[in-house]
This record gives sequence, C-alpha cells and structure tokens, in this order.
Amino acid sequence: MKILVPVKRVVDYNVKVRVKKDETDVELDNVKMSMNPFDEIAVEEALRLKEKGIASEIIAVSIGLPEVQETIRNALAMGADSGIFINCTSRLEPLSVAKILTSICNKIKPDLVIMGKQAIDDDMNATGQMLSAMLNWGQATFASKLEIQDKKIKVGREIDGGIENIEVILPAIVTTDLRLNEPRYASLPNIMKAKRKPIDEIKIEDLNIDTEPRLEILKVEEPKSREAGIMVKSVDEMIEKLKNEAKVI
Amino acid sequence: MKTLVIVDHNNNKLEKSTLNTIKAALKLGNVDLLVLSNNCKDICNELINVKNINNIFINENDVFKNQLAEDVADFIYENFKDYSNILFSNTSNGKNVAPRLAGLLDTMIIPDVIEIVDKQTFRRPIYAGNAIATCKSKNTINIITIRTTAFVETEIGNETVGIIKEIGNLTVNNLSKYLDSELTKSERPELTSADIVVSGGRGLGSAENFQILEKLADKLGAAMGASRAAVDAGYVPNDWQVGQTGKIVAPNLYIAVGISGAIQHLAGMKDSKVIIGINKDEEAPIFSISDYGLAEDLFKAVPEMESKIN
Ligand SMILES: Cc1cc2nc3c(=O)[nH]c(=O)nc-3n(C[C@H](O)[C@H](O)[C@H](O)COP(=O)(O)OP(=O)(O)OC[C@H]3O[C@@H](n4cnc5c(N)ncnc54)[C@H](O)[C@@H]3O)c2cc1C
Repeated sequence: MKILVPVKRVVDYNVKVRVKKDETDVELDNVKMSMNPFDEIAVEEALRLKEKGIASEIIAVSIGLPEVQETIRNALAMGADSGIFINCTSRLEPLSVAKILTSICNKIKPDLVIMGKQAIDDDMNATGQMLSAMLNWGQATFASKLEIQDKKIKVGREIDGGIENIEVILPAIVTTDLRLNEPRYASLPNIMKAKRKPIDEIKIEDLNIDTEPRLEILKVEEPKSREAGIMVKSVDEMIEKLKNEAKVI
Repeated sequence: MKTLVIVDHNNNKLEKSTLNTIKAALKLGNVDLLVLSNNCKDICNELINVKNINNIFINENDVFKNQLAEDVADFIYENFKDYSNILFSNTSNGKNVAPRLAGLLDTMIIPDVIEIVDKQTFRRPIYAGNAIATCKSKNTINIITIRTTAFVETEIGNETVGIIKEIGNLTVNNLSKYLDSELTKSERPELTSADIVVSGGRGLGSAENFQILEKLADKLGAAMGASRAAVDAGYVPNDWQVGQTGKIVAPNLYIAVGISGAIQHLAGMKDSKVIIGINKDEEAPIFSISDYGLAEDLFKAVPEMESKIN
C-alpha cells in the first residue's frame, strides 16, 4: 500500500503572531517555521502503518517556496521514503492545493492520503474534503483512530457529540485530529539518512492548473483586545464581583 | 440572491446553532432551508415559525440518517447549483460537508465567518484568532460556514412562515458507511450555547478531581469544558475541548480553572463576555485575558466557591 502525506510549512505553534503595520498580512520575517502539527500526526500515522507491515511506501509532498523542502526533509527524517516538491511562488488557497494534489494522486496513485484536518495558519479545514470531492473518493475527517481492513479503512471520527465510527472504501482521504497519535522526534541518524532520500521537483507551470485565488484578502487586522481585568484576593471578593459588578451569576 | 441554509440536526432535534446561521444568511438574500434526514417532521416543526424564511426543502431518506459527507454534498450539488450562497454552521457536520461541496462546485470555501460586511465581503479569524482577515469573494457561488457564536439567533414568531416542499434527486454513494457512535451523555446545557461554561485543565490532575468542577458547574447550571491537555490526559471526553481545534464558545461567563491559557485555548473562548481565571501560578497567561483573576490553589478555591454560591 502506498500512502501520500501532504505537509505544510507554517508559523510554529508556539509563536504569537503579530499583524503587520500596513495590515496586509501577519509578520512572517524572522519567525520560526515548522511543519503543521496536524501534518506531523499524519506522517506519524503513515509510519505506524508501515511498521505494522500494512503500508509499503510513504511519500511526503509539499507545495510552495524552496524552503518547504525543509518540511519535506523533516517528514523524511521521521521516516517517509521520498518526497515531492512542487515549486510555486504565489499564494495558494486550499482549492488550488486540492487541485494540485488531485493531479499528483492521478499520477502516483496512492491507496490512501493522510493529511492534517487544518493548517494552523489560515485555519481553513478544507483541503482534505476538497481533494476527496475532486477525486470522488470517500473521506474520513477528524480521525482519532484508524484501522485498515483489507480494502477498507475503519475510522473513529471526533464529532461534536463524541466519537463516530465509519468505514470508507480505499482509496480514501483521512484527515487527522490531535488525538490520533503522538508524533515521534526524528533521531540524529535518521536526519542524516534523510539527506540522501530523493525529492522530486515539479514546477507548478507544468501542471497546468488555475491557481488564481478566489478570495482577495483586503485586510488583516488585530482582533479586538479585551480590557484589562483585575486580580481579586479571595473567593468572597470573586463572588461579590460576579454578582454585583459583572452581574453574571 | 438565492441563499440556502443547510439545517444541522441529529435526526430528532434541530441543532440550535442553525438559528444563528439563518440570522447570518438573512444578510445575504432570500433564505431557503434544507433539511436532509430520515425523519424531517420533528425538525421542521422547530423551523416552521422561523421568521423571514421562504421555503423549507426536505428530502426524507434513510440515506441521510448519518449525514455522510459524500451523500449530503452530492445531493446539494445536484439540486442547488443555481444558488448564490450556501451556508452551514461550523459544527462538525458543517465542517465535514461544506468543503466537499465547495470542491464539487470548484469554488473556494469561506470558512468560519464572524461578520458579513457585504454580499461578497466576509471577515474570518486566522492564526488561532490572533488576526482577523477581511476577504472579498470572487466566487460565483459562495459556500460559507458560520462561526455561530458571532451571530445571535434569528427571530421565531407565532405564525407558520416557511412552506415545506419535498425536493430532489438522490444518488447514493457507496464510498463510506456509518458504523456506530459513542456519544457523551449529559444532562448539562450544550457547551457551545450555554450561558455559563466551567472549564478545567491539566491542573485538575485526574478524572476524579474533575468532580469538584462538575459540582460547581451544576450549582451554576453551567456546561463543562476543558483544555486539550485535560482531554489528552483522559480526564474528560474529547467533545469537551475548547480551543482553536476544539469548540468555540462565547458564554456570558467562562470560568477557567487550572488552565494556563495557551493561545490555542484562548482561541476558543476569548469572546466570552466575562472570563474568570483560577490558577495557582500568578504569572499564568490566562490572567492576561481574565476580567477577574484569582491566584489560588484550585482545590481550595473551587469547593469554597461552590459552597458560597447559592
Ligand atoms: C495544533 C495544536 C492545536 C491545539 N489546540 C488546542 C485547543 O483547541 N484547545 C486547547 O485547550 N489546547 C490546544 N492545544 C494545546 C495548547 O497548546 C496547550 O498545550 C494546552 O491548552 C494546555 O492545557 P492546560 O492549560 O490545561 O495545561 P498546562 O499548560 O499544563 O496548564 C496547567 C495549569 O494549571 C495550573 N495548576 C496546576 N495545579 C494547580 C492547582 N492545584 N491550582 C490551580 N492551578 C493549578 C498551572 O499553574 C498551569 O497554569 C493545541 C496545541 C497544538 C499544537
């Protein structure tokens, strides 16, 4: 079984992002970048399927500036077998990413795509579902448990009321939730080994895909800030404030 | 402009946040509703008095019992292509189906909208709510999910307003199948629409210790929430998680206990009207967004608070 894992380079989750003065975007200069945490979980899940003897090959794909090759290297250092780098300098929306991934899937024919449920930069939660629609494959979003059974995959999904179990015919798309697994750290020898693993480069122009954004970003602003609060000294004072000042209890 | 709201439900009951989504939709044009279920009647009864609605379309079929994304998205795609806007609530159902529909329609989804500026301009949070983007849509059909805490519920009157019509061609997918679900049972109010939310974090230390928080919640008639760390540690079920990747809440009062206040947690609760933080570390970031902070051991403060509230 062949597994494709799309990985995205995003602002590290520990960074408190700031909006640029001219309100066109957030500040990305000199900011620590990492693999989207949900994508790390996706890589880890693919690795576990390989370790169980279910998967035979794991390919990591990333789209963007040359820097995204670092993110592919991270996936290779975790244990993925090879990478695909799609060189693209313009801003891409999930719709375009899904189209690019569709073309990659048609070419390399994976049995399963495991990807993050959302990227923590634009918080879209869209690419996996869009890709499944374009390929006409089944989808299992927000996965917190996953089991392959023959030509099917059984997935526990995190839904608003609890957990839902569904079965999807392969090939399929799975999007990962946080509790699916805890990703491993790449060991030093594996980081060294990853340097020799192959990364195929594809130019976006060669794919002939319309990647023109459909949403024009007019402005990026700071959210309304909350007024500073106060520290109270005791439970009695807290209850008094809640009753008489805030009037919420 | 023809605008459709996809009604969220659990087959017997309307998911209340649909009313907030209808409110948002009314800013965009003439609103029709779509109910896809194996039992539309009870859900329609809850919708029939909603003001300013044109039609309630239904398709009653066992296929829709479990709201599989493939079936629901295909159905909407086949029957509602001529609409300008199709809105979902940003519930787990909405988040599952809406992007798939957008993929079928070759349109860019506009997720998690908190404000409709005009018919093609929308505001939405990015970077865990640390920035708000204003986007102008060049789509011919807008697929939108609504952050329901950002809109009030639409008005319900006494007269029957909507007209119910059976609609649609159905093609059944064989790509996925529902097996079963493990739903959390609770007598408490629903987390995303509760007036008061009591949330606990890793500071609680165990599942048993959460009982002291639950006592406080029950005294206040509150819903229970949690940080990711508390869910990951197995103290509480996953559907209690509040945050960037959990539920978004905006109650009148949010009580954060033993929660440090990571940005991913704040993303889910910082629009609450009043926030209180209880944490033994007086430097904890939760205090920076609390209206009232109490730097004390929760095992002392929470039982005391519970006993003093009447
Ligand atoms: C991609 C991603 C998505 C995430 N999404 C979410 C999300 O949706 N929601 C979310 O919550 N988190 C999310 N997180 C995790 C987040 O970064 C934090 O790790 C998490 O919120 C911490 O939970 P906590 O505050 O309970 O635990 P901690 O940060 O460990 O804080 C525990 C607090 O309890 C206090 N405490 C301990 N004992 C006591 C006591 N006896 N009395 C009083 N106070 C006490 C401590 O002082 C401390 O401040 C996400 C992380 C990532 C990477």
